[in-house]
Amino acid sequence: MAEQIIFYAFSCLLIIAALGVVVSRNPINAVMSLVLCFVTSAAIWLLLEAEFLAMILVLVYVGAVMVLFVFVVMMQDIESATLSARFAPNVWPGLVVGAISLAELLVVVWVRREGLPIAAVPEPHPADYSNTLELGKILYTQYVYAFELAAFLLLLAIVAAIVLTMRERPGLKKQNISQQVSVRKEDRVRVVKMEPESDA
Amino acid sequence: MLQTDVLNYGIAAAEIALAVGVCLVLVVDLFVRDKDRDITYLLSLAVLAVTAWLVAPIGMNGREVTFYGSFVVDPMSRVLKLFSLLTVAVVFLYSRKYLKERDLYKGEFFLLSLFALLGVFVLISANSLLTAFLGLELMSLSLYAMVAFNRDSPKAAEAAMKYFVLGAIASGVLLYGMSIIYGVTGSLQFDEIATSLAAGQSNYLSVLLGLAFILVGVAFKLGAVPFHMWLPDVYEGAPTSVTLFIATVPKLAGFAMAVRLLVEAMAPVAADWQSMMIVLALLSLGVGNIVAIAQTNIKRMLAYSTIAHVGFILIGFIAGSPMGLAASLFYSIIYVLMSAAAFGCIILLGTKEAEADQLDSFKGLNERSPWLAVMMLLVMASMIGIPPFAGFYAKWAVLSAIVERGEIWIAIVAVLFSVIGAFYYLRVIRMMYFDPPKRVSTDSDELVPIVAGFDVKLVFSLNALALLALGIFPNQLLALCTAAFM
Amino acid sequence: MANQLQQLLGQFLPEPFDWLVLTVLQIVALIICVILCVAYLTLAERKVIGYMQSRIGPNRVGPGGFLQPFADVIKLMLKEVIVPNRSNSFLFVVAPLLAIVPALATWAVIPLFPGFVIADINAGLLYVLALTSLGVYGILLAGWATNSKYALLGAMRSAAQIVAYEIAMGFALVGVLMASGSLNLGDIIEAQSGGVSNWFAIWLFPLFIVYFISGVAETNRAPFDVAEGESEIVAGFHVEYSGIAFAVFFLAEYANIILIAALTSVMFCGGWESPFAGWEFLQGTVFAVIANPSLAWFAVKIAFFLFCFLWFRATFPRYRYDQIMRLGWKIFIPVTIVWIVVECGMLLLKIGPWGTVL
Repeated sequence: MAEQIIFYAFSCLLIIAALGVVVSRNPINAVMSLVLCFVTSAAIWLLLEAEFLAMILVLVYVGAVMVLFVFVVMMQDIESATLSARFAPNVWPGLVVGAISLAELLVVVWVRREGLPIAAVPEPHPADYSNTLELGKILYTQYVYAFELAAFLLLLAIVAAIVLTMRERPGLKKQNISQQVSVRKEDRVRVVKMEPESDA
Repeated sequence: MLQTDVLNYGIAAAEIALAVGVCLVLVVDLFVRDKDRDITYLLSLAVLAVTAWLVAPIGMNGREVTFYGSFVVDPMSRVLKLFSLLTVAVVFLYSRKYLKERDLYKGEFFLLSLFALLGVFVLISANSLLTAFLGLELMSLSLYAMVAFNRDSPKAAEAAMKYFVLGAIASGVLLYGMSIIYGVTGSLQFDEIATSLAAGQSNYLSVLLGLAFILVGVAFKLGAVPFHMWLPDVYEGAPTSVTLFIATVPKLAGFAMAVRLLVEAMAPVAADWQSMMIVLALLSLGVGNIVAIAQTNIKRMLAYSTIAHVGFILIGFIAGSPMGLAASLFYSIIYVLMSAAAFGCIILLGTKEAEADQLDSFKGLNERSPWLAVMMLLVMASMIGIPPFAGFYAKWAVLSAIVERGEIWIAIVAVLFSVIGAFYYLRVIRMMYFDPPKRVSTDSDELVPIVAGFDVKLVFSLNALALLALGIFPNQLLALCTAAFM
Repeated sequence: MANQLQQLLGQFLPEPFDWLVLTVLQIVALIICVILCVAYLTLAERKVIGYMQSRIGPNRVGPGGFLQPFADVIKLMLKEVIVPNRSNSFLFVVAPLLAIVPALATWAVIPLFPGFVIADINAGLLYVLALTSLGVYGILLAGWATNSKYALLGAMRSAAQIVAYEIAMGFALVGVLMASGSLNLGDIIEAQSGGVSNWFAIWLFPLFIVYFISGVAETNRAPFDVAEGESEIVAGFHVEYSGIAFAVFFLAEYANIILIAALTSVMFCGGWESPFAGWEFLQGTVFAVIANPSLAWFAVKIAFFLFCFLWFRATFPRYRYDQIMRLGWKIFIPVTIVWIVVECGMLLLKIGPWGTVL
């Protein structure tokens, strides 16, 4: 009962937020709606006992990815007028795709209603069941190869990004930090002994 | 599902060594100054040598599986891995001079190549959809970065952008197909997918849908028509040594990917993907051979020639028999050797001021250097498929496999298009022997000198002579390829 | 105590509501405590820094300046909240709330004394990481919604800084997680029981230092306060905020400081555990009580770390922006990674207090 109330409340919020992403004219509002989407989905995942994935969704997507997203959107001065002008020619294809997706969803709902075989409701786990632990166990045994490969893929992504962005341009002003840190008093200050110039 | 010796690290020793080698090169290169970059170069070659030493004894006798069934070694993986190691080594040997002249001699080239090679290895040894996809992405991501490697070239940036966008879409399509197949069969492992499909409980339409998406992904990575659009632009825009890399090693990986995904996992629906593949193969042969005639840039011409050769490789798959697959493997290896030699020659003749990427650059090569002209003649003749060169045996093996299956009309069409294709290879030969060479200036008699180190010339000569040698004695390699599918 | 209260409530209310009311009561009690702590932290800050600079600090309102925080709050509440022209007024108002909510919500999983925590969840550590990573939105949106370049600059600086230091912080907590073998904060404290020699601050000393300094950077406190940088960009992201909206930001900043101090003591200094826990000879004397785990020890530890925050502010000059980035990316992250590898070795060789984890 309580679970259902929470589920429907969060689902409604999720749908409203998702609409906000699409409808809002201001890019920052759209991005913030997306943030709300992520947080709400995380809450729904928590209901499904997927606490690890829920937390990671918030941590990675909301805490890191979307922050950079907001960062970039803030940097750009996007006029909402030009945006809607570019949007207009895409209305009809968009509507067609939307209608098809809606039809597909309705078919799925219809299939469910017809009582076709679908997955059974899983048994809820006891309170001390930690799906973080279970995920860890399976990641480091059955999927260890794929896991390590994914790590290599990320390493490659870092290397590739650095290869493509970091280069020495002529005229680039840079600080040599180690030089700055290792500077000593003698390098910068000269103490000069002077005779007084007049003995007034 | 859980086996007792699920984590047999021994048979993955080569991959582990290569991965460690990648990290080693990455760290060592950090501390190497620009003028000592040869250290990175030699270290990369050493990594290749060690990996080769480890690959050689693995998988000789039959099929072995580890990592909970996501990794497989068999005779085919051994052959492909050894040849990809060899090809990468050849690419490095060719590239050193090219990169040095153009201020591109940086550790990242070697590092990204090794990363791509790791991806190729993973793809070759993949036994589940997950690892196949990860291997493919490891390879593709390195290639995207390598194409854009020369930051000062707008052409390279454009090529990289196209390659990246199209490649990402293709990966998405492939992934979509994979997810459908996973949903239908309930397994990521190739052998289990095959068992499930053979049992025939899954919805045929969904299987077909997933299959079509996977085939599109494979066709894109191989560069088969109509998924070839990226190929000419990338070949032309990328630095030649990167083109050399893209034109060779990934084709071996593409072959492996097609074998693992289609022949192994999708064996029960072979008739379906073979009929789809006939379209791909014939279109590739047609478009590749005809459009190549219109090219004036030799890198673009070779790109279209690649497309045509991919058509031939696919014909081996259409034949479907072990013999046909062996013929395809043989063709892929020979193609990689030919392609390496052709791009090697472009590297060899080019200088920073005057790249040899136009057909005109080959005019009068005979007068400038008779030896190199003869070598290039060997390469071109082999590409046409004139006996006794290796290219002939490759074509012959593929065609005899398809004839054996009874699809004689495919063989006839393939031969017809090869005859059309002979035209543009012969044009290169004509230019080398019958056209006057470019002079230093219009009023002087002095020829433009060929500035290339002895090492590049030696590698090129050996590469071209190998085509002749493999043409005269094809049996050893053919036996190796046949053993891979027995 | 909580159980007795629940029984008492159970007499008046039906089944799920007694639990609900009890939890709400606990939350309200905790939040009031935190807010009171914030109030007196501001007073302590002015007093401590005052004495460090040979001044007296506020001493007019109430005995010894003791009522000064209330005077400040009343003053701020009576002031007008000015929403600038051409600003995004909705986000302008929402931003302070986005800053304060994560700072307070994180307290839900922090165990205050043995047997008391509002939400005893398995993934407590992840919850902490996830919520602390949300705090940056308040600052970012405040900077943007204000429609002022100083505010935007402050927000940008703050976002980059928080993203950078979050990684080091996360890695430091990975070390804690490995040592304790649990994501539950109560279990992490239990893993450090048995006296000061078992505290992770000893065994994970580099991680402890990195975590605490990153915590200072996360809260935008001196010497990492470039987001406010009053000498360069006026007051950074909250330059246009006044009255109660400013007070909420202020509250969020100090609640975050207390939170970081509490988390540091939970993760590295044994939370409510006593440093003298293993001392047998104390048993039977009047001093036996100091060897018991209690809220008092937790409070003492938090107070110490809070003092460090104030101490840093009084003694260090402000870092330059690029130096902050360098410290975060090039020093802290490598240090944490190296120490995690070292810790792996210690775990395998069973060196340290966690011999039973593996």
